[in-house]
Amino acid sequence: MLSMRGKDIVCQEAVELVTDYLEGTLSRRGRRQFEAHLRACPNCAAYLEQIRMTIELTGTIEPNDLTPEARADLTELYRRWRSD
Amino acid sequence: MPRIRRLGLRPEERSERAPHFDDVFRDSPRPTLRVVDTDLELLTRLRDGDEEAFVVLVARYQQPMLQLARAYVPSRAVAEEAVQDTWMGVVKGIERFEGRSAFKTWLFRILINRARSAGVREHRHASREPHHAVDPIQFDSNGQWANPVERWTEDSEDRLEARTWGPILQSGLEDLPPRQRQVVVLRDMEELSSDEVCELLDISTGNQRVLLHRGRTRLREILETQIAKA
Repeated sequence: MLSMRGKDIVCQEAVELVTDYLEGTLSRRGRRQFEAHLRACPNCAAYLEQIRMTIELTGTIEPNDLTPEARADLTELYRRWRSD
Repeated sequence: MPRIRRLGLRPEERSERAPHFDDVFRDSPRPTLRVVDTDLELLTRLRDGDEEAFVVLVARYQQPMLQLARAYVPSRAVAEEAVQDTWMGVVKGIERFEGRSAFKTWLFRILINRARSAGVREHRHASREPHHAVDPIQFDSNGQWANPVERWTEDSEDRLEARTWGPILQSGLEDLPPRQRQVVVLRDMEELSSDEVCELLDISTGNQRVLLHRGRTRLREILETQIAKA
């Protein structure tokens, strides 16, 4: 792809495109450039993987622990609201 | 009036005072609910006046709700009031939930409306300050990585458990600018779609993407720092 040589992206640009890439909002050409860069650059491929894992881990954050006091308060509130 | 403030423990309070969520229910004399019950199962029980179902739902959404509300109001206390008001609205108006959207989308919409009307500040737009997904210092003068990027997926896989990193991500989320936090909470924690998030927060898709990018890259950076220490 000789015509694209001058427009190859560098790593510092690639990391800024990661979200657009994952959201599917890059142009077709932008996507091709980004993927070509990833194939040639293990560091940026690793970076993308890190972002994917960050997203996955964020999705597995567990709910806060619940104290017995909080539980009692909630039950009391609930009864009050139901009886109002 | 009792407050549900104590649910929103700060991280430093959490370890000592709070038994694990499961323990609370294990010790309960009442019939227990599994944490994995779906929202719809819980809602069905809530319609029948099931207190346990209420407690489980509140616990499940307390954190994201506080984090969402915080973007509109001046203090944590006001955010807590907005959350509590929302639950009161849910309990009293449960029949109004028609199931056209996911329960949590309905819940978040009520919350955001309440927090907005209680709020004094709202940053509608992403800050125009320069942002870097990765600290420029990590690149050489040609814009290429100065040092190899570690692969988390290989030797570090077992180190990347939710149990270990949940609290770190949690505090990272707390520290994000409010709008970034809202978008990351809704997209990556609650797994709402981009369209749903734009509608709930009343922001453009472009703005949403910028906020998501900044939030995610910041959280990645936090994990990277912690993993390097581990």
